[in-house]
Amino acid sequence: MLISPSSPYSNGGWLERNIVDPSLKGQQPIVLETKQLHVYYGDNEAIHEGDLKFPEHRISALIGPSGSGKSTYLRSLNRMNDGIARVTGEILYRGVDINRPEIDVYKMRRRIGMVFQRPNPFSKSIYDNITFALKRRGVTDKRKLDEVVETSLKQAAIWDEVKDKLKKSALALSGGQQQRLCIARAVAIKPDILLLDEPASALDPVSTSKLEETLLQLKEDYTIVIVTHNMQQAARISDYTAFFNMGRALEYDETSQIFTSPKVQLTNNYVAGDFG
Amino acid sequence: MNPKVSNQIAIAMLYVIASTIVVILAALLGYIIIGGLPAISWHFLTSPAKAFTSGGGIGIQLFNSFYLLILTMLISFPIALGAGIYLNEYAKQNWVTSLVRTSIEILSSLPSVVVGLFGFLIFVVQFGFGFSILSGAFALTFFNLPLLTRSIEEALAAVPNEQREGGLALGLSKWETVLHIIVPAALPTILTGVILSAGRVFGEAAALIYTAGQSAPALNFTDWNPFNISSPLNPMRPAETLAVHIWKINSEGIMPDAKAISSGSSAVLVISVLGFNLLARFVGHRLFKRFTAG
Repeated sequence: MLISPSSPYSNGGWLERNIVDPSLKGQQPIVLETKQLHVYYGDNEAIHEGDLKFPEHRISALIGPSGSGKSTYLRSLNRMNDGIARVTGEILYRGVDINRPEIDVYKMRRRIGMVFQRPNPFSKSIYDNITFALKRRGVTDKRKLDEVVETSLKQAAIWDEVKDKLKKSALALSGGQQQRLCIARAVAIKPDILLLDEPASALDPVSTSKLEETLLQLKEDYTIVIVTHNMQQAARISDYTAFFNMGRALEYDETSQIFTSPKVQLTNNYVAGDFG
Repeated sequence: MNPKVSNQIAIAMLYVIASTIVVILAALLGYIIIGGLPAISWHFLTSPAKAFTSGGGIGIQLFNSFYLLILTMLISFPIALGAGIYLNEYAKQNWVTSLVRTSIEILSSLPSVVVGLFGFLIFVVQFGFGFSILSGAFALTFFNLPLLTRSIEEALAAVPNEQREGGLALGLSKWETVLHIIVPAALPTILTGVILSAGRVFGEAAALIYTAGQSAPALNFTDWNPFNISSPLNPMRPAETLAVHIWKINSEGIMPDAKAISSGSSAVLVISVLGFNLLARFVGHRLFKRFTAG
């Protein structure tokens, strides 16, 4: 068989791109997927392509060097880029394109929650941080609210540390505690998917490992997509990993595959620490 | 000259400049307060002024100053809050917004006597409010609005963007986020700005001479019906404030103890403004502590 010069195997066996469809591998249904996604800041195209599928109750990590577009990609998944960037292509949440005009963006964001890089608790009490969004949506039953506070703080593995000071200001907590409080606040409104944008980058190693344990527990109930700078973190906690470079998702596969036998040369160079 | 020597000379110069400012300020305050304190008594603070005989007080002027301040704040705070929220949270960065910002800056550098004459023509004459507390309050609103708007806008801008994203990510609308997260987070700074601007309003004279007037008719402090002409709460009565009183005594006062009254009034005015500043620090500090700790 002749190998043409354009064949992916002509460069020493490396593929140019390798995006795996997780629905072919596991039994998990796909909760969120993007098709032909392009994101533009003004005339500047930040995401050229990112056709990824995220399976239910799994952690998918997005890795890649700074400026590779992984955060921009993540932020379009619950339309946090509205008014900042222009998005084309499809983002399908359980089969529905979230960018369609009839979609209520506020309802959508309550299904697809987000936790940010820097902990951002509101300048309210711990209790009010958790219950705020629920109260705004008309939940007033004190018993119900108490229950939500307890379960979500337990889910975020911070209940034991704060149960005696629920009425105290959330800003008095340490950075790691604040971040887990933000996770509790996100799960309190019972989302389906949690998007995390480098949630551990502002935390010390001890807080980071606590946060990672928390995420591993949370995946029992939630589908998690996490952007991380930290390759070890992706290797430790994620089931699937996508490698981004220059606005393109170059490789997406099971995490063990990405870290042991990547099929794209740039991925190999990145996970080997050659750049990034 | 070697860097070490030049550095020391620079530091010495800065010390001299800074201490000159402190000395001037301390001397000014000391002169006013020490000169005025002997004139201050309970009688002085509560009794009405006398035009031709000695022994008059500043009771009515003092009340007028506070009443005018409260009215001004009631009018200007909601407007400034709305404008501040719009400018910082909603306005797009385009030429209209920068035009608005420039206008606010120009308005804030307007001499207060011009604001006073403008208020005279519009509120006193055109709207027929006469020399009244209401005219004065509107004029002071024009005087106060630019700085208050600016300070509220800056207080909101100091709230990190992560707070806004946090609200949006919970499925809240932008308005809910602004109203329930951003404004409360900025509240300590906003309050500090409000109290500081209160100090400025309290000491303002030029904008009031032609709007709130220079006469202080006797008030009946047992009559709290705002529609009665002698009621302290009546917003349509002319009302000379403390700052205007000081100006008037010094330009045309003919009572024998004019100098004592003027020094006493000045001291009361300065102490009040100082009080506003200390209150601003205290309240801001307390709120900040309440929001961040325990």
